[in-house]
Amino acid sequence: MKEIDIFAKRKISTFIVLAVFAILYVISANLTNFGGPQAFVAVPEGIHWLFVHFVPTQESIEHFPVIMEDLLSTVFISVAATMVASVLSLFMAIIGSRETGLNAATKFIAKAIASIVRNIPLVAWSIMLLLSFRQSQFTGFFALFLTTFGHLTRAFMETIDNTSGGTIEALQATGASYFHIIFQGVIPTVSTQMVSWLLFMIENNIRDATLIGIFTGTGIGYRFELFYRSFRYNAAGLVVLVIMLVVIGIELLSNHIRRQIL
Amino acid sequence: MAQSQVTETTVERFIERRGEKIKIRKWTKPRIWLYVTFSVLLIITLYQLVFMEYSRNFVPQESFSRFFNDLYRMFFEPRMTRFNLQGLIDSILITIGLGILTTLAGSLIAFFVSLGAARNLSNRHVSNGIRVVMSIFRAVPAILWVMVFGIVVGLGAEAAIIGMSFHSIAYLVKAYSESFEELDEGIIEALKASGASWWQIVFQAVLPSSISSILSWTFIRFEINFMNAIAVGAAVGAGGIGYELFIAGSFYSDIYEIGVIVYASLITAGILEFISFQLRKRYIVKD
Repeated sequence: MKEIDIFAKRKISTFIVLAVFAILYVISANLTNFGGPQAFVAVPEGIHWLFVHFVPTQESIEHFPVIMEDLLSTVFISVAATMVASVLSLFMAIIGSRETGLNAATKFIAKAIASIVRNIPLVAWSIMLLLSFRQSQFTGFFALFLTTFGHLTRAFMETIDNTSGGTIEALQATGASYFHIIFQGVIPTVSTQMVSWLLFMIENNIRDATLIGIFTGTGIGYRFELFYRSFRYNAAGLVVLVIMLVVIGIELLSNHIRRQIL
Repeated sequence: MAQSQVTETTVERFIERRGEKIKIRKWTKPRIWLYVTFSVLLIITLYQLVFMEYSRNFVPQESFSRFFNDLYRMFFEPRMTRFNLQGLIDSILITIGLGILTTLAGSLIAFFVSLGAARNLSNRHVSNGIRVVMSIFRAVPAILWVMVFGIVVGLGAEAAIIGMSFHSIAYLVKAYSESFEELDEGIIEALKASGASWWQIVFQAVLPSSISSILSWTFIRFEINFMNAIAVGAAVGAGGIGYELFIAGSFYSDIYEIGVIVYASLITAGILEFISFQLRKRYIVKD
């Protein structure tokens, strides 16, 4: 008898989940004027179209040097923004962590600032910075710096919370000062995980830099937009291809480094 | 005899070593990798900071004071000029709608793909093949997928949803397949032995045991998709709060209205983050 109950219950919960999804679909499709699932039928056709029009040709090879220059500057900006943000994030994470925070006030303020900075949309930061700093590399750098700061502070805080409890207790028992605990205990124990987070953020920032570039007119994102708006799809295709290769390359490299250091 | 010899040499060594610093850091391979990685990143950073390009006539003091002024006005003097509360709520709902549709499409496709990606349900070649395709999906920024499909299906909600689905699929396939892989190997074997078909194994054993973590991951992805929908809405005119942000910023330079929109997205994102934090705590994190 009991088995039958389980199956009946399962059927009912399956039905409820599916019904909720269906309702969500209908409401959302109405709100956004979504044409319906048949739009997805266009995907294979679209991919075929892309292979025809986005394939880099002899003409797009001419743009290759400029594209590589922009790509390199985007990678460098992503690295620089991540590294500069990590210094500030480490400081905020230390004063805000459950384990190493100075007091309730710094813990709250550090968490609040990180959360606000992180949740303000990237687009809002880009547009605001564009008003003050105009179209320049620095604008892109600053926008990346802010969002990276928000994400890394949370990541570092969680890392410190999860890994350094025992170390801190042990050092406190030996009578070590606060700064000794931080520099001899906490930072060495979390350093490998922190580098792992840095690598992840750099990879992520190269993708975000493309988006920021479209809004702020810098780097590889701007280059893509230029080709895209002037219908030079083969050159735009080359941009997509090189971004893809660089991101995959950096992902493989970071995975290798992670395996070596962990 | 042998005993005294050992002691002698130890003492000798000890005497030799006096005055030398005790080595507390050993140059192990992981440590070298750590330092090399860090140094390379540091060099790139210094290079970039030194050769950073600023806009013409850049006066740091002026720009920074304008920036902090804008921040102040955004946070403390937000006001609506072009639209009212109803319009604001409508545009948030459009963005949420884009997020929901992307999540639904992504999770439906990701479910079937992840069955092929889970190592315990599929064979190694299929699983590895899917992983390669997913890393290609992930490597191209979402905004480029959207703009590329904008040419094929026309800019708007359809392009936004299809374009954002690529990253959703890659993310969810990873999350789903890892949830499936947590299933006890014995259960699958027992069902196979009793003659259950592959689909029966999936729907009667795999899915029921991982459904809560799958739904949690799906919601977490929805939170990410909401943030993505803001950016995409701004870039390709799919509407919603991102588009309003773009208009308010780029056309009207209206920092007060940006303030309103930022507050609206902060509140929505805050609620979503809270829910997904709870879900993660309850259904995903073990121990």
